[in-house]
Amino acid sequence: MTLPSPASQPRGKALRLHLALARIWASDQRIRGWFTSSNNNDIGSLFLIVATSFFVIGGILAMLIRAQLATPDSAFMEPQVYNQIFTMHGTVMMFLFAIPFFEAMSMLLLPGMLGTRDMAFPRLGAYGLWVYIFGGSAVIIAMLMGLAPDGGWFMYPPLSSAAFSPGIGADVWLLGITSIEVSAIATAIEVIVTVLRYRAAGMSLSRMPIFAWYILVVSVMILTAFPPMILGSLLLEVERALNWPFFQVENGGDPLLWQHLFWLFGHPEVYIIFLPAAGMIATILPVMARTNLLGYGWVVAAAVSLAVLSFGLWVHHMFTTGIPHMGLAFFSAASTLVAVPTSVMIFSWIGTLWKGRARMGLPMLWIMGFFATFVIGGLTGVMLAVVPFNWQVHDTHFVVAHLHYVLIGGYVFPMIAAIYYFMPLLTGRTRFFKLGEVAFWLVVPSFHITFLSVHMAGLLGQRRRTWTYDADQGWTALNLVASIASFVMAIGFALTILDVAVNAFVAVRGRRNPWGAGTLEWAGAIPSPAYGFASIPIVQGRYPLHDDPDLALHIARGEGYLGDASRIRRETLIVSTARGEPLQVVVLPGNSVLPFLLAVVTSTSFLAPLFDAYIVAGLALVAVVALALVWAWGLGGRVDEGHVDAGHGAMLPLASECRDPPGWWGSVFLLLADGVHFGSLLFGYAFLWTVAPNWPPHSYLQPQLWAVIVALTGALALTAGPRLAVRAIAKGGTAWPAITLGIVGSLALAIAAASVMLDRPGPARHAYDATLWLLAGHVGLHTILSAIMLCYLAARVAAGYASPARIGEAGIVKLWADFTVATGLVALAAAWLPGAFA
Amino acid sequence: MLTCALAIFFFVMALIFAALYRPPNPSVCGRNESGTRVWIWGLGVGFPLVTLAALTAYGLFIGERLLPREAPDLVTVQAQARQWAWTFRYGEDRAIATDGVLHIPAGRPVNVEITSTDVIHSFWVPRLAGKLDAIPGHVNVLRIEAALPGTYGGQSAEFSGRGYREHVFTVEAHDAASWATFLAEGTQ
Ligand code: HEM
Ligand SMILES: [Cu+2]
Repeated sequence: MTLPSPASQPRGKALRLHLALARIWASDQRIRGWFTSSNNNDIGSLFLIVATSFFVIGGILAMLIRAQLATPDSAFMEPQVYNQIFTMHGTVMMFLFAIPFFEAMSMLLLPGMLGTRDMAFPRLGAYGLWVYIFGGSAVIIAMLMGLAPDGGWFMYPPLSSAAFSPGIGADVWLLGITSIEVSAIATAIEVIVTVLRYRAAGMSLSRMPIFAWYILVVSVMILTAFPPMILGSLLLEVERALNWPFFQVENGGDPLLWQHLFWLFGHPEVYIIFLPAAGMIATILPVMARTNLLGYGWVVAAAVSLAVLSFGLWVHHMFTTGIPHMGLAFFSAASTLVAVPTSVMIFSWIGTLWKGRARMGLPMLWIMGFFATFVIGGLTGVMLAVVPFNWQVHDTHFVVAHLHYVLIGGYVFPMIAAIYYFMPLLTGRTRFFKLGEVAFWLVVPSFHITFLSVHMAGLLGQRRRTWTYDADQGWTALNLVASIASFVMAIGFALTILDVAVNAFVAVRGRRNPWGAGTLEWAGAIPSPAYGFASIPIVQGRYPLHDDPDLALHIARGEGYLGDASRIRRETLIVSTARGEPLQVVVLPGNSVLPFLLAVVTSTSFLAPLFDAYIVAGLALVAVVALALVWAWGLGGRVDEGHVDAGHGAMLPLASECRDPPGWWGSVFLLLADGVHFGSLLFGYAFLWTVAPNWPPHSYLQPQLWAVIVALTGALALTAGPRLAVRAIAKGGTAWPAITLGIVGSLALAIAAASVMLDRPGPARHAYDATLWLLAGHVGLHTILSAIMLCYLAARVAAGYASPARIGEAGIVKLWADFTVATGLVALAAAWLPGAFA
Repeated sequence: MLTCALAIFFFVMALIFAALYRPPNPSVCGRNESGTRVWIWGLGVGFPLVTLAALTAYGLFIGERLLPREAPDLVTVQAQARQWAWTFRYGEDRAIATDGVLHIPAGRPVNVEITSTDVIHSFWVPRLAGKLDAIPGHVNVLRIEAALPGTYGGQSAEFSGRGYREHVFTVEAHDAASWATFLAEGTQ
């Protein structure tokens, strides 16, 4: 690094800087601080603790399952109870534990790895956390009240439809899980923008720590995989509540539509869970082997191709639904193909071990546990991809065993390794009590005993999701062994949690960078302070701490960028996406209770329909909009600051005075998810049209000329208005006429959408009508959003928040308007064209 | 397939152990180039491609044999699932019906037309063929063939709620004579 040598700096500078920054970034130390903090350390820790609690709950449910299956003809549970228990076990583990747990880890670690001070949207992170806590708790409380869903974690209709699952169990699932998916999308957007824009100076994409790559890929996958599932939940919930027949064959629906939407999500989900764990291994293993990752570029390529491939494979979960033969062959071959990128990763890691000098230690031990387990899981997975074999074991305990080899071996073990590896960083302590080794040797062998027995039982024909079995079916011994071993495993997991908890609070203080890692997260103080880095590091390679062992000192003395706290606000650096050059200075928002409040009303709007409290839900929705506007209003400024001194002679503009502030980037990715959601709706429409029995409908919607003209003019006005507004603001002219034009345009589009609904009253008649209503509903929702945003923009302009420099907000509104126009026209065309040509 | 899988597993584990417990390597750096060639290309890409190609070919070959094909002596029956029972229908106009027992002729290919009247179920006779789903509104055709007369156990293999475990049936494979009797008695 080209920094002044440490000796020439006055002593005490680091301490003064630390005190100044600590004051600026501190969260409220009182209890209420937990509700107002948006600092990534606080949010991440809370996230981690809650996710771990859900793991414990899911584990208790697993023990109940194994207790029931330990003996034949068990009277411990009735089938109704068993069905609730395994459904909740799967749901809790997949949605409430696995995904939030890695989100928590990335919130805690990403800013450090990237060399920045916090996540891109701290308040959004806090919001995601609270929505998750409320949604997850609601699901658990419902279970304790005996109202749990009981249709299995993939909730196939018609079994989950109102006719066969009366009561609110299925609604709890649909609404609770959807709210958690909303929270996951919020976090994913935050992660993406952080990785792309918030990094150390000079950290180009190819210098990023490998975990950042993995988590970037995973977050993009979340944005593309969750929307189909959200759509599926929406369709099913609407069917249950209002009887719109999306999955009812008699009225033009098709239960297979659910399976497609579910597995469009469910298959990538497996990789969404596995890839963060793989990223942890790729981070930890080279350090433990005292070397660098072998084939960094190939590992990145493998992660990307795994993500791409995983979206082509959902059909392999539907091999037994009567897919045409050619389809079967294609998907079968493609499914085995995912083994290639996976094996590239595995062998890159083994090659890394080979290249270096490994030392054992607890993180490494768990990684060895991962290898032994995951390789078996991968092999049984390849077996399952072979169609004839799949036909034989599909829906037996063989599948249960495979899935646990992959999920526990491929996710839980590496995550435990990660916890132990990062414990010195997160808590500032080194392990003192050595319970962890004992726990390891309890868990891994008993895991294999449990699930090898379960594999065998599956091969012998034991069906999954059956609540008991007869003594003469020959599965008694295997199940007893599996159950006993699973109790030992549970004790092992409990010891692990205990070990981590005890060591987090009472172990001895540790020193910085105990493993000798080369990446930036180890260059800050330990445990990581709220502000992360005293100054933004300057890096010239992939392993900056190896390039410059004194880096930590330089950073602490404020010798990087922004090493000067005199502006007394939370600043961090934005860099160019590809090359990592400093571009902007961004001011992050301070503590606020708004995210918590917004989460309260969001969750209310999701959960109130459970009790048929539709008015409450509607009011909550209004409150959501109102609070969101208050939230947004508090950001930005009324005067142009011009360029500010970022250190090293760099004068950089504030992000709020740029054309692409973080909010713009966030909107782009939110709209990506929104677009996928819309695309899934079109897919569903086309699917029902071509595959569902009882199509085509009796009659088509006939487009009316006036509505078409209104729609086209509206689209034109909504395209032109925001553009003219941006131009007017940029020139310092009056923007309100252009904004008014946009508002009129969005209202016109909304009217056209309403005409679709008015022309086809009775969405409950046929899936065709129901789909038209959803298409029109999509347009309606987005036009209303656009109109609200445009009004907001007008108010901002009037209040002096916009200027030729502070033009980012207008650009964001334009982005939303463009999306509304594009999808609106497609939706209306999809609604009108069949009638026009029929 | 199992032996192959075991072999691969032990191969990978042996590599890891060799990497861990081998004498320290003097030249740690500078080996990235050759390392990439061996580990990434050879083992990471080449190895699974070869194994998978073999496996997929094998799978497709077996799968081909399971396909319903034209056969002169083909018998078609209908299997209708509901919570938690099976009804089977036979004959030209589906006039014969049995509950819980599927009658088929032994030694002849049989097409089972599978459907459901309520939720999704799955038709599975482990000793005769793989499983195929019974989906309301759809008819899936499964080819089965029992080589010898006798009784075969069958069950649903898609979770269907409370009575799922008891949702089973049996298959009776008849020799030519008793199959003729069955059809004759049924049509009366
Ligand atoms: C702690 C040890 C665990 C044990 C002993 C265990 C045991 C089981 C058993 C016996 C079943 C099958 C129930 C049945 O089909 O009748 C099951 C289902 C399942 N488990 Fe686990 N499990 C454990 C941990 C996990 C973890 C960590 C995850 C995910 C990250 C997970 C995800 C699932 C899923 C998705 C299902 C399918 C549920 C369904 O069929 O709807 N399990 N588990
Ligand atoms: Cu899959």
